[in-house]
Parts: sequence; C-alpha cells; structure tokens
Amino acid sequence: MNRIVKKKVLAPAVKLIEVENHLIAKKAQPGQFVILRVHEKGERIPLTISDYDREKGTVTIIFQEVGKTTTLLGRLEEGDRILDLVGPLGKPTHLEGLQRVVVVGGGLGTALVFSQVKELHRRGTKVDCIIGARNKDLIILEEEIKPYCANLYIATDDGSKGHKGFVTDVLKRLLDEGNRYDRAIAVGPLIMMKVVSNLTRQYGLPTVVSMNPIMVDGTGMCGCCRLTVGGQTKFACVDGPEFDGHLVDFDEVIKRTAMYREEEKTAMELLQRSLKEGV
Amino acid sequence: MAEPRRKPNLVKTKVPMPAQDPQVRIKNFDEVALGYTPEQAVEEARRCLRCKEPRCVQGCPVNVKIPEFIMLIEEGKFLEAYYKILETNNLPAICGRVCPQENQCEKHCLRGEKGEPVAIGRLERFAADYAASCGEPRHEPTNPAPPKGKVAVVGSGPAGLTCAADLAKMGYQVTVFEAFHTPGGVLVYGIPEFRLPKRVVQREIDNLKKLGVEIQTNMVIGKILSVDELFSEGYDAIFIGTGAGLPQFLRIPGENLNGVFSANEFLTRINLMRAYRFPEYDTPIKIGRRVAVIGGGNVAMDAARCALRLGAAKVYIVYRRSEEEMPARREEIHHAREEGVEFKLLTNPVRILGDDNGWVKGLECVTMELGEPDASGRRRPVPKPGSEHCLEVETVIIAIGTTPNPLIANTTPGLELTKFGGIVVDEATGQTSRPGIFAGGDSVTGAATVILAMGAGKRAAKAIDAYLAARR
Repeated sequence: MNRIVKKKVLAPAVKLIEVENHLIAKKAQPGQFVILRVHEKGERIPLTISDYDREKGTVTIIFQEVGKTTTLLGRLEEGDRILDLVGPLGKPTHLEGLQRVVVVGGGLGTALVFSQVKELHRRGTKVDCIIGARNKDLIILEEEIKPYCANLYIATDDGSKGHKGFVTDVLKRLLDEGNRYDRAIAVGPLIMMKVVSNLTRQYGLPTVVSMNPIMVDGTGMCGCCRLTVGGQTKFACVDGPEFDGHLVDFDEVIKRTAMYREEEKTAMELLQRSLKEGV
Repeated sequence: MAEPRRKPNLVKTKVPMPAQDPQVRIKNFDEVALGYTPEQAVEEARRCLRCKEPRCVQGCPVNVKIPEFIMLIEEGKFLEAYYKILETNNLPAICGRVCPQENQCEKHCLRGEKGEPVAIGRLERFAADYAASCGEPRHEPTNPAPPKGKVAVVGSGPAGLTCAADLAKMGYQVTVFEAFHTPGGVLVYGIPEFRLPKRVVQREIDNLKKLGVEIQTNMVIGKILSVDELFSEGYDAIFIGTGAGLPQFLRIPGENLNGVFSANEFLTRINLMRAYRFPEYDTPIKIGRRVAVIGGGNVAMDAARCALRLGAAKVYIVYRRSEEEMPARREEIHHAREEGVEFKLLTNPVRILGDDNGWVKGLECVTMELGEPDASGRRRPVPKPGSEHCLEVETVIIAIGTTPNPLIANTTPGLELTKFGGIVVDEATGQTSRPGIFAGGDSVTGAATVILAMGAGKRAAKAIDAYLAARR
C-alpha cells in the first residue's frame, strides 16, 4: 500500500506522483484531499487528490515543493512508499446541474481543478478554462486539460505565454464580452482566489474556491483549519475544502497561513543543510 | 500453630509518591510522578484494612479486585497482583496514572474517613510497572480456532482498546480501525507525556496485538469505509468508540486570530506530533510569552502545564466559576499550581484582542459572582457590572470541552443520536438503535474519563458476545 507507481516532473519543483491505495482510489471524488506523512518524525500535511483510477487502484497527487514535507515527498521515487496516507477527506465538489462553467487555475491550482474539469466534461458541462502562472515554464497540464475544455486560455505574469497579466484579466474580458456562466471555480494562491471572488461578485457569478489551510488531523478534531465564511466559523477539513468565494474572509485566512512561517523557514534551512551534507 | 495476627499500617497519610521537583520538571516533558519502590508499595499496601465488604470495588467502574491485589502486593507477590488486576482491567498502567481515583475507589475507602484513603491508584500503577520491568507482560489465552466471529472496533482509545481486548479473549477475530497514524486515541494525542508516557500506552497496544487483535491505522471510518460497508465486508458486529473529538469554541470575537488554539490542536501538536521537540520533529507549535488557558478541567490543566514546559513565562487558567466547581482532579490542580500556573477564578473571557497582523495581544475578561444554583446544581456565575479588564497574553488555548465527532453518525443511516450529537445506546449493553452496532465511551456520553470509557467498552464486549451467541 501507498507505493509510488509513477512519478513525473511537471515544472521546476512541481511533481506528480501516482500512489497505490485501492481503498482511497475506490472512494475518492473531485474536490477531496488526502493527508500524508513522509517519515516517522514528519508533519501531517493535506494535499488535494488531482485524479484517481478506480481500476488500477491509484490516486494522483500533484504538489509543489515549498516546505520540508513536500521537498521530502519530491525526493521519493517510483517504488518507494509513503509512510501514511489518509483519505479521502473533505466534501466532494457539487457539480450537478451545470450547463456552462468557467474554471480558473493559478499555478499549482491547475492540477487541483483537473479532476473537476474532467468530471464536468463527462457530465456534458461546457467548460471554459483559464490557467495562469508566473511564466511559461510554470504552466502545467496544458495538454492534459485541453481535451476537456471548450476553450482554454493562458495567462502569464511576464507574457512568456498567452496573455501578459493575470488570470483575472482574462476572466474579466470573458465576462465583459457577454459570456454567461452558471458558476466559476477558482483554485490557486489565496490572493488569486480573493481577486477572482471580488471580480465575480460584481457580475453576480456564483464562485467556488478551494481552501488549503494548515491542518493536523483532517477530521474536524483540532479546529486548526478554521476560517470565517459568511460570518460563521467553518472547518476547512470537514465543512470544505470548497466554499462560496463571495463569503470567505480571505484576509483572515491569509494571516492565519502566515502563522508558522518562521518555523517553516527553519525546517527548510535545516533540511537543505543536511541534504547538502548528504546526511 | 496460629498465624501471627496482621497489624495494618495505621499511618493516616498515604506513603508519598516521589515526584520530580517542580522547578526541574517545568523544563522537561518527563513523567512528574515517579512511582513507588517495592518497599514503598508494601508499606502502603499494609494500610489496607481488608474490609469484609470492600466499598472501593463498588466505586470502580470495572470492579477491579482491589483488596485482593493489594494483599498480594503486601505479600510481595507483585506479578500475581498484576494478574489479579488484569482479570477485570486491561489497562492498569494507564488507569493507575490517569483515573480520578479520588472520586471512585479511593472515595469509598474506609481509611479515608480518618485520614487519607489507601493509595489504590498508585498501587495499581506500581503492580503494572513492576510487571513491565520484569519483561513479563501477560498470560496469553489460547484462542479457540476457528474464531467465534469477526468484530470491527472503530477507534483505538480506551473504550475501543478495552472492548477489543475482551472480545479477543473470548475468541473473536477483532480488527481495530484508527484514524490517526498511531493507535491510542486520547491516550496519545490528549494526555501529555509527563502524566502518561507514550511507552506505557505502546505497551498496552503491543499486549493487544499479542492477543491477536489487528490494528489498522490511517483509516477514517465514515470516509474510507462506512459502517455498513464494514458489515458487507463480513464483520458480524461493530463497536463505535470514536470519542468526543470535536472542539467547542466560545463564540466570542477574535477566536480565529493567530495564537488561538483549541486544546485539541495544542495537545495533538505536542503529544502526538511531538512539537516540543521541533525542529527534530517537523510539526511546529507557537507559544507566546504569556498564555491564557480557558477552562477548568483536566484538559485545561494539561494544556497549561504543557505551555509552561514550552517556555511560557506566565500561564493563566481562566475559569468562570470558583475552584470548588473545577472539574479537574485535585492532584492536577495541585501539580499545576506547584509548577507556577496562576488561577484567574470567577473570570469569564468576553473578547480576544488582536494586533494589526492578526496575532493575539490580549484577552478581555469580566469578573463573575456566584448566583443561584443552575440546572447543573452548581451556582451560576453572573458577570459583575463594570468589571471588564484585560489580560495581556499572546496565546489563548480554549479548553471548554468537546462534543462527539459526527463523522460516523452522518454516514450511518438509522443511528439515533442525542441532542448534543452523542450516540443513543442502552446503557447496560451499549446497543445502539441499529442491530449489531454497539457504542460506548465519549462518543455516547460526551467527554468523560478513561475508566468510564473502559467500563463501557467492557459492557459492550459482553453484549456483543451475547448478541452473536444468540445468532449462532
């Protein structure tokens, strides 16, 4: 169980792994996540399930190496095992009854919307997809996602591919051109989801965002992942991870995400030193 | 020749238990109470009066054969004493450490009427630790083959472990499902190392495995498998012992500021994830110079004492009633005070104040007075007008209780629940509203004690055996 059967580098520091776990593969649905631990002294971190194959009994996880745990995860190779893998956690995305949807993926977010785009396509929903990143090397899954989209738009901060600027510029243009959607789905950095939500609010377009706050257990036990949605406290692990973007208090979430920044830096520095020394 | 008549030790106080000095122990997470030596145990055992009708036994939720095991200790038969306890209690090393003995067995001890009761808890702990030090764990029963049936136990806390052990001893094939990566439930995530070393819990888990019980970790039942899917996988009966893991918050402004923890999160980071050893362990914890813990139970004491050990200069317990109403064990309150925790009694928090970056900078409170008794029989605290004041703290830990986790209830059709989310059961058997599903412990009662959960696990094991026997 938990053996990595496939590994692929999608972009610098962005990796895809396909992990064997029949039980999770059987139950996983778009929008859900797993919690994993890489070594005995390791932290438990949540990662979105990007894809699953019920027949092969595998789940696909795409992650960016940003901290110690994801860096260690990225060093595992095909054949290695992940120490602990728990899931599927969180509520699945509601995708029923949608005619036309615009999906916005920022950076790694593209990987996280992939299973939703696929599922929407399977249900006959027309999907316009906007994916963005800082530059063209960081655009991931373009070819993979394309077949499931009615239209695929690309935006890069530096203009090295597609529109020069933000995904929200493209979204605004589509809305101004009179495109009508039943829903927007936005997954990416907090600031991107905040800007998308602020924009779609003006157009009265219902918007779903996926939150990925700090978690420990992932079953509602610790309350660490709490956030304010429409003035009420919610737990991202059991009430989410998806919420109405127009109701999320993004400023609070952004502050909470910074809670362990110093410690994350310390852990990362120590790891890099020990990796250099070949320990 | 007649045996010389036994003269009990008539000293009015318990033989003191050696403990780490408070000034030393607030700098480490090692166990505070060090346990009796064999000589101290024998001396304390001699205080037992060997009552004809021992009231202590009736005060114990699992009816440990108290006078009998104490007599064996007095005779120096320490291993035999341990086996005597095991006849009714699967987890003596744990119970000897964390049971509220003063409200159970020891409360009824005759010696308690003129002086201190016999230190039953300390003796229980001694017997269990002695057995472990001999490397001699248990008489292993030989299970009949084939097994009498397959039972799934959901949750590996005290209720689940006890139920699993009893069923295994009766000859059932038992699988325990645990959501975390380490079994033990509240014993590993909730109770700190300095009160219950994790090696002691591990010992009990190992004993359970020796009985043939399979433990599957990383399994969130209700997500990966529903209770009904467990039935379709061939389990004949299911015991739910999922505890009361849902933290309650105060619903006051500022609760989502950085530096506010539920006690569950704070303790899980420390106990299960070993955040006090960061960066050796990867999970961090953030602690301010000054800390307020809100609540008056054992969990609040544990959190306050952990905060001190993490280096906080000032730790307050903020409790809205008086010390008399505090639900924590006296010993825990005493230990906390010895270590320097400051008690702000009759104080109710109304607002958590934050700085511009979203970090806690203070806790606004009001002073309370005790009014007329309320539904709980305790005098209701009422705010004193104009008594608002602020405690300057950087960390706030909320330890005001937990409610049952709804994950299983939400995914098990037909399971009847109480208003607060507990599973409705027949108290004598643990039988739920659905045939073949039994439940016990905090998932039924809401947050209570280790020993009550164990008692529920035992009763359910018996009832499951009867239920399956009737079906055979």
